[in-house]
Amino acid sequence: MFPPIQDIYRLAPEFILCAFGMLIMLLDPFVPAGSKGWMARLALVGAALSTASVHWMSQFPGTAFYGLMLVDDFSIFLHGLIGGIAVLAVLGSYDYLEREGLQQGEYYALVLFATAGMGVMAGANELLTAFLGLEISSIASYVLAGYRRDALKSNESALKYFLLGSFATAFFLYGAAMVYGATGTTMMPQIRLAIEQGRAGAPLLVLGLALMITGLAFKIASVPFQVWTPDVYEGAPTPVTAMFSAGPKAAAFAMLMRLLCSGFAPESELWLPVIALSAALTMTVGNLAALVQTNVKRMLAYSSISHAGYLLVAFAAGARSGEGVAAVLYYLAAYALMSIGAFTVVAHLGGAGERRLTLDDYAGLGWRQPLTAALLSLYLLSLLGMPVTAGFLGKFYAFSAALKTDLLWLVILAALNSAVGAYYYLGVIVAMYFREPEEAWNPSPLPAAVGLVLLLTAAGTICLGIFPEGVSTLAAQGALALR
Amino acid sequence: MENYLLSIVVFFPLAGGVALLLLDASDRVWIRRLALTVAVAEFGLSLLLLRGFDAATTAYQFEELRAWMDAPPIQYHLGVDGISVFLVLLTTLLTPIAVLCAWDSIREHTRPFYLMLLVLETGMLGVFLALDLFLFFVFWEVMLVPMYFIIGVWGHERRIYAALKFVLFTMAGSVLMLVAILWLYQITGSFDLPDIQARLASGRPALDATTELLLFGAFFLAFAIKVPLFPLHTWLPDAHVEAPTAGSVILAGVLLKMGTYGMVRFCLPLFPIAAVTMAPWVAVLAIVGVIYGALVAMVQPDLKKLIAYSSVSHLGMVVLGIFSFQTIGMQGAIYQMLSHGISTGALFLVAGMLYDRRHTHLISEFGGLVKPMPVLCAYFLLIALSSLGLPPLNGFVGEFLILLGSYRRSVTWTALAATGVILSAVYLLWAYQRVVFGEITQEKNRSLPDATLRERIILATLAAVIIAMGVASPMFTSRTEASAAHVLQQMERGQVHLAENAGGGR
Repeated sequence: MFPPIQDIYRLAPEFILCAFGMLIMLLDPFVPAGSKGWMARLALVGAALSTASVHWMSQFPGTAFYGLMLVDDFSIFLHGLIGGIAVLAVLGSYDYLEREGLQQGEYYALVLFATAGMGVMAGANELLTAFLGLEISSIASYVLAGYRRDALKSNESALKYFLLGSFATAFFLYGAAMVYGATGTTMMPQIRLAIEQGRAGAPLLVLGLALMITGLAFKIASVPFQVWTPDVYEGAPTPVTAMFSAGPKAAAFAMLMRLLCSGFAPESELWLPVIALSAALTMTVGNLAALVQTNVKRMLAYSSISHAGYLLVAFAAGARSGEGVAAVLYYLAAYALMSIGAFTVVAHLGGAGERRLTLDDYAGLGWRQPLTAALLSLYLLSLLGMPVTAGFLGKFYAFSAALKTDLLWLVILAALNSAVGAYYYLGVIVAMYFREPEEAWNPSPLPAAVGLVLLLTAAGTICLGIFPEGVSTLAAQGALALR
Repeated sequence: MENYLLSIVVFFPLAGGVALLLLDASDRVWIRRLALTVAVAEFGLSLLLLRGFDAATTAYQFEELRAWMDAPPIQYHLGVDGISVFLVLLTTLLTPIAVLCAWDSIREHTRPFYLMLLVLETGMLGVFLALDLFLFFVFWEVMLVPMYFIIGVWGHERRIYAALKFVLFTMAGSVLMLVAILWLYQITGSFDLPDIQARLASGRPALDATTELLLFGAFFLAFAIKVPLFPLHTWLPDAHVEAPTAGSVILAGVLLKMGTYGMVRFCLPLFPIAAVTMAPWVAVLAIVGVIYGALVAMVQPDLKKLIAYSSVSHLGMVVLGIFSFQTIGMQGAIYQMLSHGISTGALFLVAGMLYDRRHTHLISEFGGLVKPMPVLCAYFLLIALSSLGLPPLNGFVGEFLILLGSYRRSVTWTALAATGVILSAVYLLWAYQRVVFGEITQEKNRSLPDATLRERIILATLAAVIIAMGVASPMFTSRTEASAAHVLQQMERGQVHLAENAGGGR
């Protein structure tokens, strides 16, 4: 028996991404070396079409492929977000690849495949499907991390990511098997049903849950599974890092939320303390480590750990209220904008071979590259949580939701952490505006595509900071779907 | 226009700052002219507030209320009353003065400097006019950024340290205030200040004692850091010494007032019982600040640091006035905020003028300045006298009212705080004597030019305000009285609590 045609529509974004990915792989050998820009355009069209098709997908809410995938407001929100990230990733990569002289074709194919995997993660309603999504996106990511083949750090990055990522997915798979053993099903709604009908607290179930949380904790880089992050982020090509910091994080959070808030909601007594503790540790460790960094790219990597911590604060609130889930969704969107923006500036300023990454290199930049420096300052202030930027409202919603669920201690810790964060974010601004350059060097002017990425992310960062209603309403609807 | 006046007042400087960006970055002449025009026009606009201001009512005037976000319910709510109206005027008066004072001394990056100054003005005005806690917090935080840049880019040698310290201290307090604002929202379901006040006053919902104390603590800490109250003052001398003169003027003149303003606007009316409970402790810290600030000021070799510590002392006095819970003390506190803004701002200006000539703030580098620059020294004397509270100048009125108010609460407090008044005469006159009188010890000082026309305009303006505030103080107090009394009225719950406790103790 064949699934109904609507099921195809419900996976439209993934199908489009995969189709364009394969098309690029197919055409790549036939495109002469000088015209590889067409690959970028093709990838851009693919990513944009896939994002646009989210609207089409949203016309067909419900499950697809016998309940394996689910289209609801939650997955629609995340598909839109992930698609947007892919568009920005493709746009931000072109000039980088040109500058570094890297192969273009398969790069875009990998970006599209990784995005398709993330889409599956966001929409999966069943553990093995989720695992498939995780693998699709992970394997593409491993290759992307090592894409600068001749750079030592890039190799290190890929190897570390691969080894630890394999462990993580293995943990997840093992956990899923145990849950299957305990409940006799891998479908999210049935798991919930089984728990409610008396499976709660079964040792096998709890162990399975713990393993799955561990696997996903690797992916979102929460303490104590964060050690790979700085090295991988630092070594990967910077546009890839930009994508890593936003996309896989969003997808992994989506899986985590679907799993815990939907499937394992009745067991929230069990996992809530784990999440809350992990949130506390993650933001503190990330922040403290970021304090001492002198390499901007590495500092942003640690900062992404601390932001995973803030996300977990909202998520911990999500255990008991829809507001928490909505706050996570909003934060993911806000973080994607400011993080991609910041990494894109770092990629641009890094110059050939990514040599200019330290605070000393940034000294005095504010007066030589006013626009780039001003934009980077905007992203940094947003990451730090200054009002009228997206980052502030992200934190605002997160703290608000956590307070509502009596997590006062966690909110106070998070608030103090964001004050600590001010030190290192402002450190970059200190370098750019308050210090004299030790060696005068002029970065090349902004290429058009990079400029477009910065324009989009900067406009988004400010818009989400002043007029959050559009996105926050969608996030609230998404959260409702998860109940 | 009446309906939008406050919005115009708040955002006009920002618009002017954006207009600066249209000018060529190297066109220093027109950048300065435009910035001055904007700042002066802004002062004119803010005078319209005074014209339409009704002194009799305690309600917010020129109120603007518009929906901003639905969930959570956040409103764009502005309003002015007797407490904020003169602080707004102080801000709009000091900004053109800061522009004038930076006229020649800011030579690099002129355009961003004035842009920052005007953005800062918008932030400060927003803080004084916002009546929605969320909106208030937005302005409170956003204002940090331009000040951070002003200290960090145009400051002196240790500017980076000072700028970071300033931001980190303030942020440490304000993030906790954010948590408190959110917590208050969870309890009351509102961000609107009058709304929250009404709900808490009606006892539905009622705050339990611990919660009220914690909330009060979070708000108070943020404000106390800003004031700064002893022992949270350590960022202030650094920030002042390293900031360019214009930055010091705004910092001392307006930014510090945001702390005391916050106490009057938020801490007392929202958490009266906690305020009453904590008042003795706060008063002790305030008095320690008054005396400690004065003593430390006395031994400073650096003129700017001396003025900075004198601020710690003077603002301790303001906090004492607020926490005396007497109408007269409250009025004195409001008056002293204004008067300190003018006098200390002016002191920093004089220090800056001396610095422009000699590139040092060390008192020992000067001496005998009255001979080469009699005019500047005459203004300096007037300003010093006003700062130390000589009648009939402005400083006297505020200090007198504060002491009168605190006397009704405690004779000991008043006696101790009054020593601060004496000490301020010691350090200011002693510093004045060392700078102005005596023999000229340094050859360079013999030929220093006297005040230029630009400097005379600045100093004459401030001198006029100093005298006017001293002589015609009822003009000001009549407009603040109703609102000051209203704050205390809102505190009745706390006063009842105090009376009960006192009764139980006897």
